[in-house]
Amino acid sequence: MTTAEVGRARPRKEDAHLITGRSRYTDNITLPGMLHLAMVRSPFAHARITSVDASAAKSSPGVVAVLTGADVADQQGSLPNAWPITPDQKAPAHPAIAVDTVAFAGEVVACIIARSAAAARDAAELVDVSYEELPVVLDLEEAVKDEVLAHPDLGTNKSATWIFDSGEAGTGKPVSEALAAAEVLIERTFYQQRLIPSFMEPRSTVVDPTGEQITVWSATQVPHILRLMLALTLGIPESKMRVIAPDVGGGFGGKLQVTPEEAITVLAARHTGKPCKYTETRSESLMAAHHGRAQVQKLKLSATKDGIVTGLDVHLLADMGAYLGLVTSGIPILGAFMYNSIYKFPAYRFECTNLFTNKAWTDAYRGAGRPEATFAIERLMDELAVELDMDPLEVREKNWIKHEEFPFTTVAGLEYDSGNYEAATAKALELFGYDALRAEQVRRRESNDPVQLGIGISTFTEMCGLAPSRVLGALNYAAGGWEHAQVRVLPTGNIEVVTGSSAHGQGHETAWSQLVADRLGVPFENVEVLHGDTQISQRGLDTYGSRSLTVGGMAVLAAADKVIEKAKVVAAHMMEASEEDIEFTDGKFRVKGTEQSTALGEIAFAIFSAHNLPDGFEPNLDSDATFDPQNFSFPHGTHLAAMEVDTETGQVTIRKYVCVDDVGVVVNPLIVEGQVHGGLAQGIAQALYEEAVHDDAGTLVTGSFVDYLVPGAPDLPHFTTARTETPSTTNQLGAKGVGEAGTIASTPAIVNGVLDAVRHLGVKDIRMPCTPSRVWAALEEAKMTGGVQ
Amino acid sequence: MIPSAFDYAAPATVAEALSVLADAGDDVKLLAGGQSLIPVMKLRLADPAMVVDLGRIGELSGVRDDGDALLIGAMTTHHQVATDPLVAAHLPLLAKAAATVADPQVRHRGTFGGALVHADPAGDLPAAVLAADATFILAGPGGERRVEAADFFQGYFTTAVAEGEILTHIRVPKYTGWGAHYEKFTRVAQQWSIVAVAAMVRVEDGTIAEARIGLTNMGSTPLRAAAVEQALAGTPLTREAIAAASAHAAEGTDPASDLNGDASYRRHLAEVLTRRAVIAAAGL
Ligand SMILES: Cc1cc2nc3c(=O)[nH]c(=O)nc-3n(C[C@H](O)[C@H](O)[C@H](O)COP(=O)(O)OP(=O)(O)OC[C@H]3O[C@@H](n4cnc5c(N)ncnc54)[C@H](O)[C@@H]3O)c2cc1C
Repeated sequence: MTTAEVGRARPRKEDAHLITGRSRYTDNITLPGMLHLAMVRSPFAHARITSVDASAAKSSPGVVAVLTGADVADQQGSLPNAWPITPDQKAPAHPAIAVDTVAFAGEVVACIIARSAAAARDAAELVDVSYEELPVVLDLEEAVKDEVLAHPDLGTNKSATWIFDSGEAGTGKPVSEALAAAEVLIERTFYQQRLIPSFMEPRSTVVDPTGEQITVWSATQVPHILRLMLALTLGIPESKMRVIAPDVGGGFGGKLQVTPEEAITVLAARHTGKPCKYTETRSESLMAAHHGRAQVQKLKLSATKDGIVTGLDVHLLADMGAYLGLVTSGIPILGAFMYNSIYKFPAYRFECTNLFTNKAWTDAYRGAGRPEATFAIERLMDELAVELDMDPLEVREKNWIKHEEFPFTTVAGLEYDSGNYEAATAKALELFGYDALRAEQVRRRESNDPVQLGIGISTFTEMCGLAPSRVLGALNYAAGGWEHAQVRVLPTGNIEVVTGSSAHGQGHETAWSQLVADRLGVPFENVEVLHGDTQISQRGLDTYGSRSLTVGGMAVLAAADKVIEKAKVVAAHMMEASEEDIEFTDGKFRVKGTEQSTALGEIAFAIFSAHNLPDGFEPNLDSDATFDPQNFSFPHGTHLAAMEVDTETGQVTIRKYVCVDDVGVVVNPLIVEGQVHGGLAQGIAQALYEEAVHDDAGTLVTGSFVDYLVPGAPDLPHFTTARTETPSTTNQLGAKGVGEAGTIASTPAIVNGVLDAVRHLGVKDIRMPCTPSRVWAALEEAKMTGGVQ
Repeated sequence: MIPSAFDYAAPATVAEALSVLADAGDDVKLLAGGQSLIPVMKLRLADPAMVVDLGRIGELSGVRDDGDALLIGAMTTHHQVATDPLVAAHLPLLAKAAATVADPQVRHRGTFGGALVHADPAGDLPAAVLAADATFILAGPGGERRVEAADFFQGYFTTAVAEGEILTHIRVPKYTGWGAHYEKFTRVAQQWSIVAVAAMVRVEDGTIAEARIGLTNMGSTPLRAAAVEQALAGTPLTREAIAAASAHAAEGTDPASDLNGDASYRRHLAEVLTRRAVIAAAGL
C-alpha cells in the first residue's frame, strides 16, 4: 500500500459546493403541493393547558389544518430516551405536542399546517391557548430539594442516581480512605453553565407521505437512528420509512436527537396526505433545540504534601431540563470515566444525580460530559498547585501516566492503550515560551500593571470513537457502537464508498476518499463517497463522539480489504496463476516474480461482463464490512493560554494560545486543523462568552444572538497548533478522534489563565463565562475582603 | 421569521414621501437601512400596515460642506460616514463612532439617520452627535423644522420626530483640529456598546481648552458628561488631571442593569472609558 493520500492536506471536496451556495440543505427542498408548518409554543415554563381554541386559526387564509396535542394524542407516542442509566430511572412521558401540561417555555402546543410559510406564521398568532401557570423549578440546587416539582406527577425531580466507586468496582481503593488520610484536601464547587449548541443551519424537516414509503429529509446528524426511533415512536414499520440527511449545516451534538418537530412534521404529512415542511426560526432554535452542559460539580481532591493526588470524590447534579431526550441521561456518565483524565491516582468515586427542571432539555453538546470532567480535574490541579505553592505543570507531571507505563488501566476502569503526555507538553512549552511569559507575569505584578498576565494550562485525554458495543451494553445504552461501510468497484474502475457515518460538515467525503484511494491504489478523484440516506446506506450509527474515522473509517478499510480479496480470485483466474502467487500493489494485481499484472479496473470490468469468471464466483465486486471497536481511542494534548486581564474593566483577552494535540495518525491535516480551531472556539466560548440565561419565570433571556454571545473570528486569537503522533493501537490505522479535543481542553486552559492573572489580587474563583462584569466584580469583592497578597 | 403582511411604497422625493405618509394614516413605518426595523418586524414586535422605503430618495444621501458645518443626509450609510473625507477632516469623532457599529454588512446598509431616529440607548451615533451639538432637520406636512440634539433624544427609543415627519439631514458643526476618540466597550466585536464614550478635545498650549463628552448606554438617552467637560476645561494636559476629571463621568447618569453588567459596573466603566477616551482624543 502506498501512502500518497493519507497524511495529505487536501482541501475538502465538499467545500466548493458548500461555499458557493450550490448546496442542498433541507430547507432548499421544495416538493409539488408542499404544505408549510408553524409551531405555536408555550410562553410559560410550567403550566396546565386548560383549553386550546384554534377556530380563528383554522379559518385564517391558506390554513389547511391545525393539530393540537389532543388531536394527535393517540398517534404521537412518547419521544425516545435510549439511555436508561439505571433500572429505576424516572422519566415523564414526552409528547411531541403537549397535551395537558407544558414543562418548559418553548414547548409545542399546536401546529399550523398551511399553504405557505407566511400563512402558517400568521395563523399561529391566532391560536388561543389558555394556561394555568404552575410553579417552576429552574435551579439545580433547588431542584434537588424536591420542594417545587418540574413534573408533579413523578413525585420527585430526581430522574436517577448513578454511582461509580473504584473500591467497589475493584479498579482502585475506596475514596473515603484517601480523603480521610489526606495531607491536603481541596474542596471546590464548579458550575457548568447551560450552553446552546448554536449550529449554523437551523433545524428543518421535510416529509413526503406520498408513495409506498414515507420519506423524511431532516437536518440531522443521525439519519439511521432517526429512522428507527421515529418508526418506533409513531408506530410506523421501519421498512416504510426512508430518512435522508442532505447537506447538514453543523450539529455539535445538537442534531443528535429525535425531535418533537420531526415527529410533528411526519404527523402533519400523514394527516394531510401532502408533503410538509417545517423550518425553525433562530429564536425557536435557541429556545427549543436541546441545550448542553448544565451541571453543578461538588469535588473533593486529596493529595500528599508533595503534590501526589491520592483520591477524587465527585458529586454531580446534572440538569436534564424538562424531559429526557435521546441520550440526555447518559451525558454525565460519558464524563464519569474521564475525571481521572491523564492521572494515575488510586481512588475515585463518582455520584451523579440527574434532575428535572422547567427548562429545555439538555443532551449531547460537543464533548458531552468529557469537557465538564476535564474542566473539573484541570481546575483542581491548578488549585492544588496554588495550595502547595508549586508550578502547575510540575503538579501535573508528578501525577500523569508516564509514556512507558502504557497500556494503563485507569482508576475508572478504562484501558488507555497509548499516549505520550511528556512529548506533547514539551512541545507546547517550547512553542509557548513559557519561561519568558512567567517572567513577564512577575514584572507586571511587581509594577502593578493595570493589565495583568496569567498562564492557563490544561492537559486532557478523552475516550472517543464511540464505542465498543459491549461497553455501551454494560452502561445500559440501547444501541451498539459499530459502524458499517460498503465499497463497490464499478465497471469503469471508479469506486463508490457507502458509509453509515453520516457527515454534517466534517469532511468525510474527502477523508474516506483518501483512505480508499490509498488502499485500492486508485486516484482520489475516482472515489465517490455516499452517505446520509437510509436507502443508500442501509446500516449505520451516524456521526458523534469523535467516532467517524476510528470506527466508520475502519469499516471502510475493512470493506476495501474484502474487495481486494475478492478481486484476487478473479485476478488469479485471468492471469492463470494461483491465488497465493498474486500480490496487490498500487492498484494492480501482479503475479509474483513475473511482469504480469492486471489493474483493479480491468478486473471490475471482467466481473461486470461475467463472461469468464471462476466457477461459483458471484459477479460483483462489492463488499460490506461492519466494524465494532474493541476499545475507545484516547487522544490527548497539552494546551497553554496566555491571558491578559484588564483589572480596570474586567476585560479578558487571549494573548497567545498554543495547543499540541496527539490525535494519532492523521489522514488529512487540514481537516484536523479545522476541527481543532472550531473546537477551541467552542471551548473558549464556554469559558468567556456563552451562557443560556433564564429569568425567574423560566423564560430564556438569551433568546437571540444579540444576547447569546457566540464569539466570531475577530474575538479569537491566532491559534498556534501543533501535533505529536502517538499511534493508537486500538485500530489498524493508528488514528484517534479529533472532533471534540479542542472543546475539551480549551475551557479549563482559559479559566485557569484568567485566575492565574488575578489570583494574587485575592480572587479565588470566577464562574463561567468569565465576563468582564464578573471579573470586575470578583476583583472588587477581593478588594473589599482585604485581598490576599 | 416572517413579518405580517404590509403595503409598500418607494417614493423618489421627500415631497412624494410626505404625501404618501399623509395619506397612509398612523400605522406606517419609514424604512431606511432596515437593520433595526426589519428584525423587529420579523419578530412581529412591529407590524405596520405600510412601509415607506426612503432608499430611492437620492437627496437624502451623502455628506455636504455647509460652511461652518457638515450637512449629512439621513440615508448616508455608516460605511459612508466612516470613510467620507469631509467627515474625516472636520468630524473625526463621527467617523470613528460609525466605524464601530456592528459589522461591515450592517454598516453598508444601516444609515446615519435611521440609527439616530431609532435611538437605541446602546447605539453608537447618538452620543457622538449629542457631543457635537448637531441640529436635526425634519420635513413634515407643515414644512421644515429644526431640533437641537439636546432636545432630539427624548427617551428610550423615542425622539422628537413626530408622526408624518421625515428626518432629512443632520447639520453637524465642524470641529476642525479637535482631537477625537470613540471608546467602545463590548464583549465580542460585533456587539452593541455596553458603555461607550465619545470625546472631543481642543488642546491649546499644553492645556485642554475645551472638551465635549457624550456617553452611550448610560441612561435611556445619550448623555453629555457635563461635569467632566467642566472639570477638563482649562486643566493641564496630564493623565492625572484627566483621571481626576473623569471621576465625574457617572454623575447624573442612570444606566440599566442587564446581562452585560449592572448599573454600578456601568458607572465604573463610564469613568474608566472616559479617561481612556480623553487621553486618546488628546493624543497623550
Ligand atoms: C447585527 C446588528 C448589529 C448592530 N450593532 C450596532 C452597533 O454596534 N451600534 C449601533 O449603533 N447600531 C448597531 N446596529 C443598528 C444599526 O446601526 C442600524 O442601522 C440602525 O439602528 C438603524 O438604521 P437603519 O438605517 O437600518 O434604520 P431602519 O431599521 O430602517 O429604521 C430604524 C427606525 O428609524 C426610522 N427611520 C429611519 N430613517 C428615518 C428617517 N429618515 N426619518 C424618520 N424616521 C426614520 C424607521 O421608521 C425605524 O423606526 C446593529 C444592527 C444589527 C442588525
